[in-house]
Order: sequence, then C-alpha cells, then structure tokens
Amino acid sequence: MSSGTLYDKVWDLHRVAELPGGSTQLFVGLHLIHEVTSPQAFSALKDKGLTVRCPERTVATVDHIVPTTSQQRPFADPLAEEMLSTLERNCQEHSIPLNNIGSGRQGIVHVIAPELGLTQPGMTVACGDSHTSTHGAFGAIAFGIGTSQVRDVLASQSLAMNKLKVRRIQVNGLLAEGVSAKDLILHVIRHLGVKGGVGYAYEFAGSAIEALSMEERMTLCNMAIEGGARCGYVNPDQVTFEYLKGRPHAPEGDAWSRAVAWWSSLATDPDATVDDEVVFDAAAIPPTVTWGITPGQGLGIDETVPSLDQLDPGERPIAEEAYRYMDLQPGTAIAGVHVDVCFIGSCTNGRLSDLRAAADVARGRQVAEGIKAFVVPGSEQVAKAAEAEGLDAVFRAAGFEWREPGCSMCLAMNPDRLEGRQISASSSNRNFKGRQGSASGRTLLMSPAMVAAAAVNGRVTDVRTLISPSAS
Amino acid sequence: MALFPTGPVQQVSGTAIAVPGEDIDTDRIIPARFLKCVSFDALGDQVFADDRLELSGEHPFDQARYQGASILVVNGNFGCGSSREHAPQALMRWGIRAVVGVSFAEIFYGNCLALGIPCATATPEQIKAIQAQVDREPGSSWSLDLAGLQLTSAKSSWPVSIDPGPLDMLRSGRWDATSQLLDHGPQVAELMQTLPYINQFASK
Repeated sequence: MSSGTLYDKVWDLHRVAELPGGSTQLFVGLHLIHEVTSPQAFSALKDKGLTVRCPERTVATVDHIVPTTSQQRPFADPLAEEMLSTLERNCQEHSIPLNNIGSGRQGIVHVIAPELGLTQPGMTVACGDSHTSTHGAFGAIAFGIGTSQVRDVLASQSLAMNKLKVRRIQVNGLLAEGVSAKDLILHVIRHLGVKGGVGYAYEFAGSAIEALSMEERMTLCNMAIEGGARCGYVNPDQVTFEYLKGRPHAPEGDAWSRAVAWWSSLATDPDATVDDEVVFDAAAIPPTVTWGITPGQGLGIDETVPSLDQLDPGERPIAEEAYRYMDLQPGTAIAGVHVDVCFIGSCTNGRLSDLRAAADVARGRQVAEGIKAFVVPGSEQVAKAAEAEGLDAVFRAAGFEWREPGCSMCLAMNPDRLEGRQISASSSNRNFKGRQGSASGRTLLMSPAMVAAAAVNGRVTDVRTLISPSAS
Repeated sequence: MALFPTGPVQQVSGTAIAVPGEDIDTDRIIPARFLKCVSFDALGDQVFADDRLELSGEHPFDQARYQGASILVVNGNFGCGSSREHAPQALMRWGIRAVVGVSFAEIFYGNCLALGIPCATATPEQIKAIQAQVDREPGSSWSLDLAGLQLTSAKSSWPVSIDPGPLDMLRSGRWDATSQLLDHGPQVAELMQTLPYINQFASK
C-alpha cells in the first residue's frame, strides 16, 4: 500500500467519513460541470427535493455540443440549443457561475479551469468527464465521474470512492527534439496497455516530467485514463507555481506565499512508498502514432503495423479487429499512410503551445490537395492569445480553417465529423470505432505538430523532417 | 420491461446475452450523437447503435433469441473510455440488470453500481465457457446470486467475484449513495474548515 505520496496526502485531507461497505466519503474541492453530463443530475436533484450544497465550488462551461463555425444563438441544431439552454437555466436556478459563449472564458472544461487558476495543487477535482485526469498536472487528485455521481457532488459536495493504488511512471532523461508530451503518453499507454492502469493512480515523475511545461503536463495527465488510470498527477513544483501566479482565481498577496508553502508540502516525500513503479527512457521515445482502434495500439513513426505473432496473445483479438476496421495490414509502414481530414484541438492538445507547435510546421507550407484541415482552439482565451500572435493567419495562409472553441471532432457531438470511411490525423485522445462521428470513420492519434505535418504532406509524416532543429 | 433496480439487490434472474470482444468502450455502447439529450429515457433503443449497424441484424442485441435478456456476459475492460453514464443507462433501459465479465473499466463499474447493477467477474476461461453456453442455449434461465456469488443455469454453476464494498452496497440497498453522503453534512462542513484552499490558506 502506498504512503507518503501526494495521492495519499490529498486523499487523507479530503476524507469525510468511512462508509459502510468500505468506501470513503471524499470531499470534492472543485466540481466542474458541462452541458452533456449534468442535465439528468439536476433533474434527479429536483426529483429528490435537494439543492446544490456548494454552488461557489461548482463551475460550469459549455463545450461538447458547441458548433465551431457560427456560435450564433439559437444554434442551428435544436438538440444542442436545448442542452445549452438547460445548462443556462440550471446554473441560474442554483447560482452556479457559467462561463458561457462570448464571456471570454468559455472553452473546453479541462482547458478553462487551469487557465482561470481554478485548478490548484492539493485539491480534489471531479467532473462528469473522463478527461478530468488532466487537472492532475497541478498535483490535484482529479477524476471523471458519471451522472449519478454528479448528482451526489451537487447535493453533498462529496462522493463515495475507493482509494486507488499508486504506480510511479518514472521517465528519466529528456525527450528528443520533435518529440512531445503526446508522444510520451502514447508511448506509455502502448507499453502498459489500455487496461494496465485500472485500479491505479499514475504518478508521473523523473527528469523528463520535471522538464515539461504545465501545458505539456496537462496533455500527459489528460490521457492517463486512456491507459486505464482514472487519475494521473505530477507533483507540484516551481513550474506549477509560475503557471498559477496571477491567474484570476489564484491566491494573492500573503495568501500566495502561504499557498506555495502548503502546495510544496503536498509533493510526494522522498521516502514515500508506491505500489508499483515502471521506468522509461525519455530519449528512446519517438514521435508516436496510433494505427488501430485503441489508444494502446501505437507505433513509433519508423515502425510498421505489427503482425499477430509480434503481439501478446491477449492483444491479438483486438488487433485482428483493428486490421479489418482500419484497413491496415501487418507490415504496412505507418509513415506514408494517407489521411483525409486533419484535426488540431481537444482537451488533450488544444492549448496555446499546441497551436504554436502546429503553426511552426504549417508556416510557409500548404495543406495538401484534397485534405480538409482545421484548427479548433481549446478556449476563447487560447483563441485570443493565438490570434494576438498571428497563429490564425499562419494557419489560414497554409489552408487550415480557423474555428471557434469547443470539443469539436474529438467526439463529434457538433457538426464537425468524419464522413463514411474517412481517416483522420487527430490531436485528440480516442481512436475508438466510430468516435469521430462516422460509424466507419477512422482515427490516427498523434501530436498537433504531427497532425500539421500530415496535413501538408497528405500522409503520416515524421515531423522531424519538416522542422529545423532550433524551430521546435 | 422490469422495473429499474430499487433497494437491496440479492439476485438477478432472467435470460442472458453475450457480447464478445475486448476493450468495448462506452462510445460503442452508446455513440456520442445520442448524448444530445437532457434525459436518459430514450437511450434503450440506441444501445450499441453503430455496432448493430455494422453487423446489419447479426448483433446479439438485434437477434430475436436474446430479446428480453437481463444478464449481459462480456470480456475484458468492458466500458472503457468516456465516463458517460449514458452507457449503463442505455443497457439498463434495454433490459440489462447485471453484467458478468472478465474485467471492467472503473468509471463504468461505478456508474453501474450507482444504478444498482452488479458487475461480477470471472476468469477468461470461465467467461468463454459461459458465453458459449449462452450462445448454444439462448432463452435458458440464468441467475446471478449475490449471496453465494454464483452464476447458475439449469445445467451449470460458475463462481463469480464482486468486491466486498460494492457487494455490501448492493446487498444492503445502499448503492444509491446520496442519502448516506447527506447524512454526513456536518462532517463536510467541519472538513471544509480545515482545507487551506477554502480559507485563504490561513490554516494548515
């Protein structure tokens, strides 16, 4: 059993009571809500005659269903309009702040909470969205929940939870030029599997992790769930504090120094015990692309689609299903696979540094003929900052569409989706069958710079061939 | 259709349906386009929509011999991916009242528990044998007994596992956690006093 880790400390600080049956009632420090997984929770609250216990610890935004072309109300899609107006009504009735379209603070929930300084070290963060693991980048314990649990958090600001084990993912050395946090997490999931993390929180540690920016740490923790780990985290350090300082909800004045002292005290102790540890060498990680239908089916850019005999017996059935679905045969080099649609955005890779990395590749080049390429900033703030430095112009000049913020084609709940058998190069997080809006659509996951490289060449490309060593 | 679960869950009886496959994610159980709703009511018909489309009538959920089934038998890492409770809601509204598999993704498991739907596990070999029997003898009766932790048909009986905590919650009827959580309202208030980030970092 783990002891002395950040996970243990934050868990203990938020323990309200032990419940009959062995689970723990855990206080939720920050509850994030959005339009897709909250309406039924509010209805259930009403049915039970309950109210929202801590509206001041609850924050809402709208992201999944928003169109990224025109965001004029009412939305063209009446179902999308109904979802947003329901959220608006629920927030108003319960005095919950809503970061709505046009507020300057709207965006993907896992982009806006960090950029507003809402997510802080030592908090427990819950949201009806599996990518809540993102917030672990700050040294928070952050996890996705279902709608019944959203109801419970609204009613009681707490949850019935079971404590996880802790696995340290120790990444030594430094990532090579042209290799990003996205490549790192795809590599980790490839090696530990999509169910390897079930029952664990992943603690990301080591020199490669310490060298990552906050936005890169968010990309990393975002996809812990794709490895089966409900939460992932990075211990708070100077990088964390520098990111937070001056943000709207960050502590100020004397409270700031007290906060930094408290946050620092929460980091995993040098003599902490973890339940498991896996070590990776950062320098050995190549740009990584998925070829199949789970995020664990990854390949280094120089590799070929594996044959069954190269795989563990347990991985073979899903590989056979992936060969058929993706129409990719064993032995096919992943570099050179033709793509139809290129999508840059999502809670994984829709932040300013992601757009910069993609723009560096797009600058002065043209999207290949017949390719649809579009960029969806993660939030209104990201869009504004990107426009201020001219990234929108770089993308437009290269033939990318520049869109309004939202989740967009990561899960295609808005009009952005694949058609038929189209295949996408996507900076999002899931390559599941049908994920991007077409029941037969196909997804290749990769970093935003790699998506830009795929867009200009019309096929999967090693981004390192397109960037000068100093330009990345 | 049988009523949704209420109170203690001691036993789930009925016919069974097998959906084989590893890592069946919640996007497959209920594709995202069906999440554009403010109630769960209509989800039962849309369960596995794209998989059913792909198999044009051959998917178990479309086959007449499995209609009315209440026990779903699956393989490993079932329910991975998105946290959408729409997935167990869709299964429940189709008629499923228990799931038996090799392993489950955590959020899906918790979502099922919150609806009073037990997720029981057995070894890969046992699940394979159970799925084969379900396919051979559709319409035969099965029973998942939570007291004895057995999955039983007229011809066979298999040991299954459910973790002690969730098992206790199901058998005692405390799987609907809201009232228990609300009982500790004063303790929540006390704990809030101790958390530095709620109190301008004044206390430690």
